[in-house]
Amino acid sequence: MPYLPMPPPLPYVESEGFWEGCKRRELVIQRCKDCGTYRHPPIPMCPACQSWNWEGTKVSGRGRVEGFTIVTRAVFPGMPAPYNVVRVELEEQDGLLILGNVIGCHPDEISIDMPVKVTFEDVTPEITMYYFEKAA
Amino acid sequence: MATIKDKYAIVGIGHTDYSLNSGRSELHLALEAITAAIEDAGLGFKDIDGIVGDHPSRVDAMTIGSALGLRDFGFFIETDFAGGGVPGGLLHAIAGIEAGRATSVVCYKSLNGSSKLTLPGFSFAAEPHELGFTRPFGLLAPAAYAALAARRHMHQYGTTSRQFGAIAVACRKHANRNPNAIMYGESMTIEDHQDSKMIADPLRLYDCYVEADGAAACVVTSAERAKDLRQWPVCIMAAGQACVPCLSRWTKDPTVNENETSYLARQLFSMAGLVPADVDVLQVYDDFTPLVLMAIEDMGFCSKGEGGPFVEGGRVVWPDGKLPLNTSGGNLSEGCIDGFNHVIEAVKQLRGTSTAQVKDAEVAMVCGATGVPTSGLILRR
Amino acid sequence: MWCDWCAHERAHPKEVKIMPYLAGLPVPESHVDYEEFWQGCRRHELVIQRCKDCGWYRHYPRPLCPKCYSWNAEWSKVSGKGKVWSWTIITHPIHPALDDMVPYNLVEIELIEQEGLRLISNLIDCKPEEIYIGMPAEVVFEEVNPEITLPRFKRTS
Repeated sequence: MPYLPMPPPLPYVESEGFWEGCKRRELVIQRCKDCGTYRHPPIPMCPACQSWNWEGTKVSGRGRVEGFTIVTRAVFPGMPAPYNVVRVELEEQDGLLILGNVIGCHPDEISIDMPVKVTFEDVTPEITMYYFEKAA
Repeated sequence: MATIKDKYAIVGIGHTDYSLNSGRSELHLALEAITAAIEDAGLGFKDIDGIVGDHPSRVDAMTIGSALGLRDFGFFIETDFAGGGVPGGLLHAIAGIEAGRATSVVCYKSLNGSSKLTLPGFSFAAEPHELGFTRPFGLLAPAAYAALAARRHMHQYGTTSRQFGAIAVACRKHANRNPNAIMYGESMTIEDHQDSKMIADPLRLYDCYVEADGAAACVVTSAERAKDLRQWPVCIMAAGQACVPCLSRWTKDPTVNENETSYLARQLFSMAGLVPADVDVLQVYDDFTPLVLMAIEDMGFCSKGEGGPFVEGGRVVWPDGKLPLNTSGGNLSEGCIDGFNHVIEAVKQLRGTSTAQVKDAEVAMVCGATGVPTSGLILRR
Repeated sequence: MWCDWCAHERAHPKEVKIMPYLAGLPVPESHVDYEEFWQGCRRHELVIQRCKDCGWYRHYPRPLCPKCYSWNAEWSKVSGKGKVWSWTIITHPIHPALDDMVPYNLVEIELIEQEGLRLISNLIDCKPEEIYIGMPAEVVFEEVNPEITLPRFKRTS
């Protein structure tokens, strides 16, 4: 069951590799081949050195909660409020941020700097979603 | 009013290949064109401190600025009205530099107009207040507005479909000299035009532009700064926008006698201190041939109603025509990059690098889309 | 040869549907600025916004009079009579959903009440070759669904 009944993401050119990675249960982040800088969400050019050369790099999936919110008032009818939205800083690089949801823990347990690890769940035949779980 | 005449220049241009299916995202295309323009200017990314994009934005200025890693990025704006807005983007760039907010500004346009490979959820919405009065009756696309306007022109002045076709044939001829044009290698005679299928009477298929995937960009800076850069600067003699009272985007207030194209041309010639006879090469936004013909009249190249005879007989055809028009093929045959291809071609003409080079071209004029709030430029060597 | 201007009869369709028109197209949505227009249509009345201070009709509806800038407006019933200002025949379906609807006519009608007061609509009773600029027409109302009635036009005899 997906955490939220939202429409699934639509992979679009640069982001296709990310979603294909999710299907393999891998968190794949764009990394510049020339300067090594990671970036997310996926874009064609490296913002640090403007190189066009990049590769999708599997990362550990571990990080820390850099920011979070608990949405208590559902925007649409049928949304299972309260739900959380988190921003995770992945351990590979300072400032490498990815939005997501934490699953498997109570809203009160979520805190800044909480260690998390990525996990995956098939939501449609085409899309596997990524989520985060509390890590040891 | 302060004059901007000759104080600013286009110092770099860049564009992608134009195709029916780019296979790349609009962001990717925009970055290709922009990086090419910056390099053409002999500048570095760090020199760019202003961005002019377009509305509705498939690729906004923030995304571009972030991708380029811009730090001192204090001027950004999006022009409106698509094909009417593109030349006006350079006016915005000038305004930003005049106001001291930027020194070198990138203007760009990027679209996957043919493949429609665009961000999910993007939509090109017309103003909501208009939709209820047009869509239920089947007015669903700009071609219908152009058709209604064309029919009036034929009624009032006796303009013929063959005369509209003369414009299409000229653009196709020019495209056949331009390997980057989508219709390169495909000839068109006036009979081909007349045989092409009817889209919205009197508009035929060959009266309508070719959707394209591609992007184009340029760099604008002060004429002073331009002297130190790589390319021969193309001076902006005049840049303007024009809007007349409208009921909606495509419907003028009928009691207003001057439409936006004629108001635009009046402004531009006045700013530049020129008259139509001074223009060596003309780029007019060509979504539909009848609107090009009307724009030529409204800009003062001929009298109202004389557009038909004016475009016949080769007057707008390179190399012998007195007023070569859309010399890279235009939206009609090069591909619709929403008029930015016209800006690029005007610059190439003045640099001497066009594929249909007008001999000794000194003054080039660019006119945005007719029938919508519009904009234009007069450029010189 | 029915077209004086383009002289290529063979490009034009021989069979052109007259009615019903465009039943599957989007219908106008309710909006505070022009709800009155559509309510008028439901009553089979063509009502046009008119400035109470200077009498200027305006269409499309908008809050401010473009002539005298007054905010005072009323919805004034007009005769429904007008002339064809311009016309086109849409032959190309821009979306597969329109495949069965083309070809259809699209007209701009200038209402007799004021020069330049124009509406987009369709003529329901004319073949393409019968339409001409200046042709007198008058409004008829078509109930598309229980909520929406559209103003169409027919030729005036």
